[in-house]
Amino acid sequence: MASVVAEHDDHHDHHDHGPEKGLLRWIITTNHKDIGTLYLLFALVMFFVGGTMALIIRSELFEPGLQFVDPQFFNSMTTMHALVMVFGAVMPAFVGLANWMIPMMIGAPDMALPRMNNMSFWMLVAGVLLLAATLFMEGGAPAGGWTLYPPLVLQTGKALPFAIFSVHMLGVSSIMGAINVIATIFNMRAPGMTLMKMPLFVWTWLITAFLLIAIMPVFAGAVTMLLTDRFFDTSFFNAAGGGDPVLYQHIFWFFGHPEVYVMILPTFGVASTIIPVFARKPLFGYASMVYATAAIAFLSFIVWAHHMFTVGLPIAGELYFMYATMLIAIPTGVKVFNWTATMWKGAMTFETPMLFSIAFVVLFTMGGFTGLMMSVAPVDFQYHDTYFIVAHFHYTLVPASVFILMASGYYWLPKWTGNMYNEKIGRLHFWLSAVSVNILFFPQHFLGLAGMPRRIPDYAIQFADWNMVSSIGAFMYGFSQLLFVWIVIDTIKGGVGKATDEVWEDASKHGLEWTVPSPAPYHTFTTPPEIIPTEHL
Amino acid sequence: MSTNTAYYIPHKAVWPVLVTLGLMIMLAGFANYLNGSSIGPGMMVTGFSIFILMLGAWFALQATESESGMYNHGVGISYRMGMMWFIFSEIMFFGVFFGTLWYARNISVPVLGQVELTGPGRSTHEILWPAFQAIWPTNGPENVGGHFEEMGAFGLPLLNTLILLTSGVTCTWAHHGLLAKNREQLIKGLAATVGLGFLFVLCQASEYYEAYHEMGLTLGSGIYGSTFFMLTGFHGFHVCVGAIILAVVLFRSWKGHFKPENHFAFEAAAWYWHFVDVVWLGLFIFVYLF
Repeated sequence: MASVVAEHDDHHDHHDHGPEKGLLRWIITTNHKDIGTLYLLFALVMFFVGGTMALIIRSELFEPGLQFVDPQFFNSMTTMHALVMVFGAVMPAFVGLANWMIPMMIGAPDMALPRMNNMSFWMLVAGVLLLAATLFMEGGAPAGGWTLYPPLVLQTGKALPFAIFSVHMLGVSSIMGAINVIATIFNMRAPGMTLMKMPLFVWTWLITAFLLIAIMPVFAGAVTMLLTDRFFDTSFFNAAGGGDPVLYQHIFWFFGHPEVYVMILPTFGVASTIIPVFARKPLFGYASMVYATAAIAFLSFIVWAHHMFTVGLPIAGELYFMYATMLIAIPTGVKVFNWTATMWKGAMTFETPMLFSIAFVVLFTMGGFTGLMMSVAPVDFQYHDTYFIVAHFHYTLVPASVFILMASGYYWLPKWTGNMYNEKIGRLHFWLSAVSVNILFFPQHFLGLAGMPRRIPDYAIQFADWNMVSSIGAFMYGFSQLLFVWIVIDTIKGGVGKATDEVWEDASKHGLEWTVPSPAPYHTFTTPPEIIPTEHL
Repeated sequence: MSTNTAYYIPHKAVWPVLVTLGLMIMLAGFANYLNGSSIGPGMMVTGFSIFILMLGAWFALQATESESGMYNHGVGISYRMGMMWFIFSEIMFFGVFFGTLWYARNISVPVLGQVELTGPGRSTHEILWPAFQAIWPTNGPENVGGHFEEMGAFGLPLLNTLILLTSGVTCTWAHHGLLAKNREQLIKGLAATVGLGFLFVLCQASEYYEAYHEMGLTLGSGIYGSTFFMLTGFHGFHVCVGAIILAVVLFRSWKGHFKPENHFAFEAAAWYWHFVDVVWLGLFIFVYLF
């Protein structure tokens, strides 16, 4: 990427910039590393909250018939699991990584707008609190699916306005976070860190931030119309008044499709950062990676109705959205090709971050292929709203986004804490996760193709075997993740010993973060480092 | 700051987290109020007060820091980028409601009225509302909200267009004053802009009063009422916010703040004002004229 020659003075102290003592430090902090840590820990907690909901779902589906929960609560669980995982776990985890790593990767002293950074984190907490509160309200938590489609969602009890305002607050949080990322990248790069020298993680976040600013207001507008339809007599989604419930679906998916790329683009970025280090080769096709990311982001805005093939679109619309969706396979294919080519003839070693990254490349590709299957409109009539789509998007989210989040945990924990994690337990965590995630989600393809509908607490007897397998996989996967919690705590406490500054062999050739001490000092790059132009690594 | 090119990292402040707390209490209160709970209004007022006071304290801190010369060129660029992208998010927000209006006029209403004879949705017309004809404005096949009159473009809306366009000119005139170190022109220009802003809101309020009390046009008047009040209402709210921001900038100008080379708050307010102005032009064309 680039190497640093200037000795930078990381320990110089000025007035009130050191970490404060006590709890207040974490509440009013404006330090990008503190805020990054808050985001990451919050996301980890939410990962287990959402995971518990998933296990409730899988327990109920272990056998046909109703055993543990009533159908209303089951539907609340599917809805809340999705909302918590998307807005509480995956997105905040990537914002946490952005906070920690972007300033260090581009040689900046902090994020561009540190006070807004603090507000953005607390806005997230406030939004999630409002959402969590709905679990205890009369009428239960929202149960109409995370897409909040009217007219069904308008039947929600007391929870509806809380859920809507929660979405507003989460949206504001994301927009502020995204603005901060863009301002940081455009304005705070060290001299010599040109755009095309930035690590791929920074590039993918730049594009993700643009997506977020473009789509979160759209979602806010959609739920605002739900609110007025329910409480202020408007007819946006009511055909009797000249509106249309399908309009909500159009608006939602105009938000929703770029939203899924908000969760996958930073994933691509981390994978492109980790794989070259452990293949000991420069990233293959750096420029094409950047352009492919931009192409995916652009396409994400013009494919939304492939979520609505069965809603009754005109045939021209079905065809257009079918072909446009297929186009996404091209830039995504470029990426998968580049990762593979990076590993080709590399001197590979298989530390835990690399294991998770390789599993990501393989399993994400599988999720991509099922996506391609469903892009075919006539065939999608069979897959729509079955367990096939559940299997598809879980393959693109769990063994892709979540695996890469785990990989980034292992990859950067030594830099964050100054200690090395326990590699044996790390690999155990990987193998248990990689095996169980396939036991969990692969059978769902069969269930979906055979016609089992999603979001139903009971099913016909012929689906029993694969559901049982899937549930067993779910518990294995869920409990394996406790190993990660153990690793994080153990590493913070000292792990298996001190980490070197570079941590991974020759990592300092790949990113500025490996040129600062481990653990990274509270303030890094208060004086911009000098970047010597080198060829891309 | 080890070198003069270093970026200024602000010290910690309690205001951001308190602003968030206020906002959360306010929204939870609003949700309780919508659910018919008696604690709702009290929570709303409490939350709103916390929100405004803490936001005020935060901005006061920023203004003090700016005037004491703590922000260098780099910080100014970050603030400007922040404002630009914030306005972009606002554009997307209004885009949803303009899109809704477009969809209602070109898709949902024509399909309900079977203007297109082929394609899906035909059965809705044939089975549910065979007598419905697609004519804009409409409150839908079930005459939701009862009889109403359409809001014309000429009269108050045209006057409001002129008011906002004029305010854009006075705002720019004030900016020229600031750059030319003509404090009097700056203050006069801003005062005129703020005055025109509130005049606009007043006209809008009287238009709403007329709609509700004489024309039968309400938020409940089917898709026409919904889109009309949602678009003009959110715009009116933004005009209020913009005018308040400009009023704060006016107060600061009167206090002697801002220099030709350092006046981010003025620029941000002006950008926001022009944005609100452009949205109105869109409204005038697509909501009132056509």
